[in-house]
Amino acid sequence: MAQMNMLEAIRDAMRVELKRDSNVVIFGEDVGKVGGVFRVTEGLQGEFGEDRVFDTPLAESALAGMAVGMGLQGFRPIAEIQFVGFIYEALDQMFVQAARMRYRSGGRYNSPIVFRTPFGGGVKAAELHTDSLEGLAIQTPGIKVVIPSNPYDAKGLMISAIRDNDPVFFMEHLNLYRAFKADVPEGEYTVEIGKANVVREGTDVTILTYGMMVHTSVKAAEELEKTGVSVEVIDLRTLVPLDIETIVASIQKTNRAIVVQEAQKTSGAAAEIIAQINEHAILHLEAPVLRVAGPDTVYPFALVEDAWLPSVARVSAAVQKVLNF
Amino acid sequence: MSKLPYEVQTEPVTPLSVLSLDGEVVNPDLLPELSDDQLKEVMYRMVFTRTWDERAVNLGRQGRLGFYAPVSGQEASMIGSEYALNKDDFICPGYRDMPQIVWHGLPMYKAFLYSRGHQEGGRIPDDVHVLMPQIIIGAQILHATGVAMAFKKKNEKRVAITYTGDGGSSEGDFYEGMNFAGAYKLPVIYAVQNNGYAITTPYAKQTGALSIAHKAVAAGIKGVQVDGMDVLAVIKAVQEAAERGRNGEGATLIEMLTYRFRPHSMADDTTKYRTKEEEAEWALKDPLVRFGKYLEKKGLWSDEDTNRVKEEAKATVNEQIKKTEAVEKMTVAGLIDSMFETTPKHLEEQKGDFQ
Repeated sequence: MAQMNMLEAIRDAMRVELKRDSNVVIFGEDVGKVGGVFRVTEGLQGEFGEDRVFDTPLAESALAGMAVGMGLQGFRPIAEIQFVGFIYEALDQMFVQAARMRYRSGGRYNSPIVFRTPFGGGVKAAELHTDSLEGLAIQTPGIKVVIPSNPYDAKGLMISAIRDNDPVFFMEHLNLYRAFKADVPEGEYTVEIGKANVVREGTDVTILTYGMMVHTSVKAAEELEKTGVSVEVIDLRTLVPLDIETIVASIQKTNRAIVVQEAQKTSGAAAEIIAQINEHAILHLEAPVLRVAGPDTVYPFALVEDAWLPSVARVSAAVQKVLNF
Repeated sequence: MSKLPYEVQTEPVTPLSVLSLDGEVVNPDLLPELSDDQLKEVMYRMVFTRTWDERAVNLGRQGRLGFYAPVSGQEASMIGSEYALNKDDFICPGYRDMPQIVWHGLPMYKAFLYSRGHQEGGRIPDDVHVLMPQIIIGAQILHATGVAMAFKKKNEKRVAITYTGDGGSSEGDFYEGMNFAGAYKLPVIYAVQNNGYAITTPYAKQTGALSIAHKAVAAGIKGVQVDGMDVLAVIKAVQEAAERGRNGEGATLIEMLTYRFRPHSMADDTTKYRTKEEEAEWALKDPLVRFGKYLEKKGLWSDEDTNRVKEEAKATVNEQIKKTEAVEKMTVAGLIDSMFETTPKHLEEQKGDFQ
């Protein structure tokens, strides 16, 4: 066991896989010498050489499209998009080309690619650095969507993502990179893509969430516990595939749920999760499933983002609302 | 007007040409080295492709093919450029570039299946090194760049070639791909078939550059312009580019000046945007006529050969379209199973809606 923050855990996962499989390559803007703007790939070029870990021209569509091309020839690219807002430049290659490759070639080709990107608010970053764009990805057939909330999961999920023969959109919350350290096993282990994690057991209300909001939700649960409310918190870990079994099992127990997401409210992950709850567990519900989310505005400038982001108070209020329905 | 010392210098380019319109060799130094059998094979493929194109247009009218982009007029650029490659070189085609991938090894019935919208069409045999035609203009340029990066990393003496048109050369992906290849000296050929129109938009509205070939300058790669109605010129240019790629000398942009004799697709009316005079002018440059004359003078080709190949092409198309129509129907369940290596539970469940 080693103590690592999430950033170090992700780096360790990539190191393990670079060592294990010579087809794994990492590329992106500034990932080489300095190891990316957040240093996630720090030291990897030094250890594995420029052939395996390399800088690209500043062109997101090109680097994502390169990943598709290299994937056709047996490589397993890890392509870093420097900030989440820049994926718009690469959407065709990520969500059309990579995601359709298996289908349109009848299985002859596939895209064993991990598209990594930092995302998420609360760090006073520049415009278009911190949006939560997972909603775009979950509507896209053919790509998996993974969002870890802690160092252990991040390493295990990243190793799974690299070994996956389909494209994975791996979203790393900026606020979690250096937030805390935790025990992370040495060497290789995997966390299954498509398996949620019950991070806190409870009996009255279920909170379904992912990424940074897992921590906000756990804080709310801890405060609610003091008032006698028992809250179960489920870290979904992956949005595609979604672990509906774990969600349903929890709702069968609590009969009440809310979904907490940092992204804007409309048509996102929360909306989809609630739709699936309706399909699979509506008879177990004692109250409507509510959403705690950002408002349907653009992601705000830094000085208002703390007020914009879902807070412990807003999560607690939503829990009270479904309890008192 | 003289140019300032700090102004980038560019000069107009003269397209590479080997044959005159009468089939005379005007540039003997640049004649590609081809045996008589190889010359005949190139002619065979061009005549065959012209007939296949005519049949495909008719099959489209009958509703037996789906989307089809006609190719007549562009045989020299298509057939010549593919002929100059090795079998293990990799092709990333644009939407009109079906002939290249079929001559590279894709069974013709797969091309027909693809046109009809059957997934089996895209199931490329393992020993055929192509992608299916790309629909998003320019996206394939980056795939070829990535394939070339893979070849370079594996030290394989292979090149990737990708095709687009004059319209495609305006796309961001075109610039991004060439720029990438320039920075990494990748073994890739960017072939632009400039047929004068992006659907209906004329070349003059695409660029203010001296030529499309000049766009290579900014990317730091070799740029050449070729008479795309002259199959020997095309072969020469692609052979040179492939050799440069294999020798580690990097990428080449080849602009091939050509013309499509037919409309952009089955749903297009050329009279709205092209003049009869212009069409007549280009008809004089017909690549089959020009190369045919050259071969006739060498005693390698005759009208009987042309007629024989036409009949053979018709018979092949008939046989292949029948094969197409006999392929088992696609199912939604099959489609669902082709999204991921292992079908996730939620998709497995969705199959239930289609039983």
